[in-house]
Amino acid sequence: MIRWLAAFFIAILALPVAAQDTMPPAPYAYSQLDNPQLEAEAAALMHTLRCIKCQSQSIADSDAPMAGDMRHQVRSRILAGESPDEIRRWLIARYGDYVSYEPEVSATTWPLFAVPVLIVLVVAGVLLRRLGQRRGSSEGQSS
Amino acid sequence: MRSRLYLWVPLALFAFFAGVAAYMLTQEKDEFVQSAMIGQPLPDFTLEPAYDGLPGAAKTDFVGRGPRLLNIWASWCLPCIAEAPQLEALQARGVEIIGIAIRDRPGDVANFLARHGNPYTRIGSDPISEVQLAVGSSGVPETFVIDAKGVIRYQHIGDIREGDVPKLLAELEKAR
Repeated sequence: MIRWLAAFFIAILALPVAAQDTMPPAPYAYSQLDNPQLEAEAAALMHTLRCIKCQSQSIADSDAPMAGDMRHQVRSRILAGESPDEIRRWLIARYGDYVSYEPEVSATTWPLFAVPVLIVLVVAGVLLRRLGQRRGSSEGQSS
Repeated sequence: MRSRLYLWVPLALFAFFAGVAAYMLTQEKDEFVQSAMIGQPLPDFTLEPAYDGLPGAAKTDFVGRGPRLLNIWASWCLPCIAEAPQLEALQARGVEIIGIAIRDRPGDVANFLARHGNPYTRIGSDPISEVQLAVGSSGVPETFVIDAKGVIRYQHIGDIREGDVPKLLAELEKAR
């Protein structure tokens, strides 16, 4: 019994598998830029970038250290005069489309955009034919 | 009768998607984000030493002498402890390993090396993951093969297991 209890308490005390560092966040991880216009640009961009570590959050929403470091990159690059589009392309060149938290049309993603349109067209076609038929047949009955 | 066959189409479609879903559930989930920088030159960087025992690291340490391993790690990263013996095995085979310590403190780096061995010739300190982001690495540990021209040739994501050593040696040979 004691042995099981001891095992239980050791299990509770177990260290988390994914340990995190104890370093302070990067300068611009949690500090906004002084210029409100630039900060707005940076914030808008941060909402469209995926946190690489915590994959279903944008870097604007995540508290992971890596997301903080990515926000620092965004803000310091905006401050250095880079455009949001340039920063976006810089990250996509490193992590592929994956880093984009905003769906983009590309060679691999175009079916995602094309298929719904196609389905709507097919359904519209079927509906039109059916309704047309029914009208035709009801006219036939009434005559 | 034949005209009724199409009534089964929705059920067949449902069975197909249920089958796909069931199959995908049994597959291991691949959450790794591959770097898109393979085949690209290593970005320029110069990092301060991660502790006072070894020099820092820069892109120039890779160019002209290669191929070498770039190991991205941290003293706070548990899988890095697991891969330490494999890095030493690679070093024993004559591989030069240059480390980059992510978000780390000099004291912690020195402790880690004292406890788990030191396979590095240089370790740069990257306190804000700047170089990690620049090479498209998505976590620790990760290991890149860099050839003598400074081009990234191969990326190993996660800790190096015993079985990964021959693959890395082969990739180093290919990058020669």
